[in-house]
Order: sequence, then C-alpha cells, then structure tokens
Amino acid sequence: MKRYTIPRVGTKLLLPLILLFALYVQFHGDYGPGGGFQAGVIFGAGFILYALIYGLDNARRLMPPWVLRIGVSLGVLIYAGVGLLGPLLGGQYLDYAVLDARDPAHGQHLGILWVELGVGITVSSVMVTIFYAFAGRGR
Amino acid sequence: MIAHLPALQVVIPLISAPLCALLPAGRPAWLAAMAASWLAFLIAALLLYQVLAHGPISYLMGGWPIPWGIEYRVDALNAYMLLIVAAIGAAVASFGRTIVEQRLSLPLNKHPWFYTAYLLCLTGLLGITVTGDAFNVFVFLEISALSSYVLISVGRDRRALVAAYQYLIMGTVGATFILIGIGLLYVMTGTLNMGDLAARLPAVSGTRTVRAAFAFLTVGTAIKLALFPLHLWLPNAYAYAPSPVTAFLAATATKVAIYVMLRFFFTVFGVKFSFETMQLDKILLPLSLVGIASASLVAIFQTNVKRMLAYSSVAQIGYMMLGVSLVSVTGLTASISHLFNHALMKGTLFMALGCVSYRVGATRLERMAGVGRSMPWTMGAFVIGGLSLIGVPLTAGFVSKWYLIVGALEKGWWPVAALVLATSLLAVIYIGRVVEVAYFKPAPEGQRVEEAPLALLVPTWALALANLYFGLETSLNVGVARLAAQGLLGATP
Repeated sequence: MKRYTIPRVGTKLLLPLILLFALYVQFHGDYGPGGGFQAGVIFGAGFILYALIYGLDNARRLMPPWVLRIGVSLGVLIYAGVGLLGPLLGGQYLDYAVLDARDPAHGQHLGILWVELGVGITVSSVMVTIFYAFAGRGR
Repeated sequence: MIAHLPALQVVIPLISAPLCALLPAGRPAWLAAMAASWLAFLIAALLLYQVLAHGPISYLMGGWPIPWGIEYRVDALNAYMLLIVAAIGAAVASFGRTIVEQRLSLPLNKHPWFYTAYLLCLTGLLGITVTGDAFNVFVFLEISALSSYVLISVGRDRRALVAAYQYLIMGTVGATFILIGIGLLYVMTGTLNMGDLAARLPAVSGTRTVRAAFAFLTVGTAIKLALFPLHLWLPNAYAYAPSPVTAFLAATATKVAIYVMLRFFFTVFGVKFSFETMQLDKILLPLSLVGIASASLVAIFQTNVKRMLAYSSVAQIGYMMLGVSLVSVTGLTASISHLFNHALMKGTLFMALGCVSYRVGATRLERMAGVGRSMPWTMGAFVIGGLSLIGVPLTAGFVSKWYLIVGALEKGWWPVAALVLATSLLAVIYIGRVVEVAYFKPAPEGQRVEEAPLALLVPTWALALANLYFGLETSLNVGVARLAAQGLLGATP
C-alpha cells in the first residue's frame, strides 16, 4: 500500500471522523438508532481500516494485543458489574432505577449508558482481535 | 443476598469468566475458576434447600413485572438440575491444574482463556436451567454451545478440531430450530414467559403455527440432547476433547438439553397437547429403544475407551427418553433421577479415564493393558462407575433402572422391560472388556505406569463414592426427582 497515495491520505482524513462517529452512535444510542454493538463495530472497523492500509505491525503498535485482551474482558465486567449495583443498592439484579434514588427514570438512563459502554468496549475489542487473529495467520 | 440467589447462580460464573481472562496464566486463573465453580455449587445447594422448604422461587430481572421482564423461576426440577450441573462443575474444576493443562493443545499464555471458556459454558448451562423465559433459554443455549465448541477444539488430538466443527454445525442447526420454534410461539401468543405461554397456548393450540413450533422445538432439542438418529456429533466430540472437558460435558450438556425438552413438552405445551394431540410418546418410544440397543452394540466394538463411553452415553440418553415416553410419574421419576445418576457415573468414568490418559498418554484399549495393577485406585473408581452404569444393586445406576422397569411394567410393556434388562447385559460386555484388559492382560514390556496423583484421585473418588452413596440413600436423587415428575405431570404430591 506504500505507493497508493490516495487510500493512505484518505484513511488519515477519514479515521478521526469514523472514530468520532462511533462515539456519536455510542452515546446517542439512548435517543436515536445505535447503541453499543453498532458503535463497537464502527470503532473496531476504524482500526481494521488502519491495519489494512498501514500494515498489521503499525496497527499492533497503535492498538497492542494486551490492550485488546483487557478490553474484551472489561466490557463484560462493566455490564455485569453495573447489574450487580442493583442488589447492592436494594433492588433486583439489572435494576438500574435504584442508581438514582430521587429520579428512577434517570437511574435507568444512567444504567443503560454504562451497559452500552461495556458492550461497545467488548465488541470493538473482539472485532480487532478477530482481525488480528486472521491477519496474523502464517506469520 | 439470599433473595438474589437465582441471579447470583448465573452472575458469579459470568463475572468470573472475564476475570479469569485477565489473570496471569498458571495458578491464579485456575484458582478463580475453581472458586467460582464451588460458589456456584454452594448457591445451587442453597436454592434446592429453599425450594424444598418453601416451594418455587420467582426472581424478576431488573424488577420488571412478569410478562414483560425476564423471570428466573426455580422449582423442584430446576433446582435439581442446577445441583447436578454445579456439582459436576465443582468436581471437574477441582481436577489438578497441571493435569488439566497437560491435556490442552494451547500455549501456556492462552491457558486462562480455557478457564474463561469453561466458566462461560457453566454460566450457559446454569442459565438455561434457572430461567423461566423461553428466549433467555436460547441465549444461554448459545453461550454454552459456543463455549463448548471451544472447549472441545483444544484437545491435543488434531481430530478434535474436526469433531468441534461437526458439533458446531449440528449444534447450530439445533439451536436455530429451537429459536424458530420459540419465535413461532411468540408470534402466536405475544409472550416469552414460560408460565404465561402455558396459559395462552391452549387457546391457539389448534393452529398449524403452534404445531410447527412444536415440531421445530422437538427436533432442535433432540439434536442438542443427541437422541438416536441425531447423535452422530457426540462420539467424536467426546472422544477427542480434553479429558476434563469430556467429563464435564458428558455429565451436564446433554442433561440440560433433556431438561429443556421436558420443560417445553410438559410445562409450556402441557401434557395434553404434547402426548394426546401430537402423540409425541409414539415417536420417542421407538427412537429411544433403537437408540439404546444400537448405541450399546456399537459401544462394544470400539477400540478407544473414551469413544466407547461416548456411545454408551447415547444409549443412556435413550433410557432417559424411554422414561419420558412412558408419560407416568414413575417413568418420569426414572428419567429425572437418571439425569442425576448418569451424571455421577459418567463423571466418574470419564474422570478415571482422565487419570489413565494422564499416566499412560492414551485411552486406546490395548494401551490400558495391566493398568489395573499399576493404577489400582484409578481403576477401582472406574469399576465402581462401570458397575453403576450397568445397574448393579447398591449403586446409583440400579435405582433409576429399577424405576424405569417398574414404570414399563405399570403400563404392561413387558418387551420394553426385557429390552432394558438385555441392554444392561450389553453394558456388562463393554465395561467388562476394559476391566479384562486392565486387570488380566500383562502390561507391555518396559511400560512403567504409576498411580495417578492425589489431585486427580480425590475428585474422581468423590464422584465414585457418590455413586455408592446415592445407590443406598435415595431421598435426594429419587425423592426430589419424584417431586419434579409430579410437578411436570401436574399431579398433586
């Protein structure tokens, strides 16, 4: 890809926008189409595009496998951990209404925001991990 | 926290799984997996105690009321299944670390992922059992299935990959059929809660859609539980998986699929629809009989002992389905208690084989020559498990076969009772072959085999002794099974 200027420059221009759009889909998921899964896929696709254009080694420097390993697990832990706050604060498991004692609806918002964040982290990490695993075969 | 036990039953292994992945390879990951398994076992025991003392428990996820939210509902049958799964999980997780990891084809730094997959599988199996929501069953089914493909594929034999792939294809077909069935039910009733489904289904049970849903669910669960013509994924998967994985899956995965089948046929569709309108028993009876006979015969001619026991599992599943097809309290008691007893005996046998393969390096029959003298404790456990599998009195296996035969005689089905007895003799032959080779054949020249280490023997013998204990003291395995059977048939206890 070294000799192809247009994809290289185009990627540099697009990459921040892709990642920003992923964050928009992530945090606007409450009110519009989107959510953690879609955002995670877009976020992961950004890194995959980078790896396709600039090579696997550069991508691994940018997003090392040990970070992915933590990301894969961290998302699940956030999801299940937020659920555990329910019983700790006197509700049922996955009951986010208790997160805000004065305004249960706000508590639900808060809970789902965290849960979606967990989903987003795990999905994007898994996407990039799978890509690394396939791209790294036979090396 | 006692009130949250139904949720914790699933959440503890679920949270431990990603934690395991973050821990360093070696002791920490293994310890975390073992701690989570034992906690799950403790919770299952507490749940069973609560259910027996105070009746069914209902837990609303997130506090959402029943038709909308997910309900976790634990009655005698669930609690019994939870105890089986969690007990086997705890026993298998107690297998020594070095022994487990010696059987894997993974580099050391990937070992924590093995424990992650194991805990996810445990999560899935416990989740299927504890939930009262039809769609939730499918979700957990996928969690347990996907993780078990991984667990099988890491066996040291390269054929494990093909076996895992076969299982993946068949398992996906099964899970898809189950999903289609649940989807059709949802279309017709607008609900996914099992209790709610049971209440709404009679009004629409005459429609073709509900019948199609019934057919899809029957075939889907039959693939998952390896009912006779749909069992071909099982022998390879069990034979080439790492020994601890085989012990775990053989004792739990198919049992949980049987539980799903019982739950849908008896609780959701109801006895009247399943067995009078759809006449399911007339399909299950011949399939289970042919399955028992053919799988037992095939088992006799296997040269790999693990594969032999895998075929024997197919035959044992036949016994369980035979009990279901009797549609009586005695028949169902036999089936449900056989879930428990078979988990004990197959757990013992596969764990003893794990000891053998740890020392000998293979489970081929000819390599086991003379092992009975060099590994007396291991083979002692194997013999106890084998006797239980045959159904010798004073062992757990005898108890469930006894009820099965009584159930068949209650219906006046003499030939069925005779077939159960005759196929038990086939089990004598295939277990006898192993015992003969292990005890009476001389060990090959120059082969020096030591007894298995304590870390292996203790969990194996714990299960072996449980075989004897539950053969004599049947208030747990038969008593609760009878309660569950009465609950399923709607009879008042």
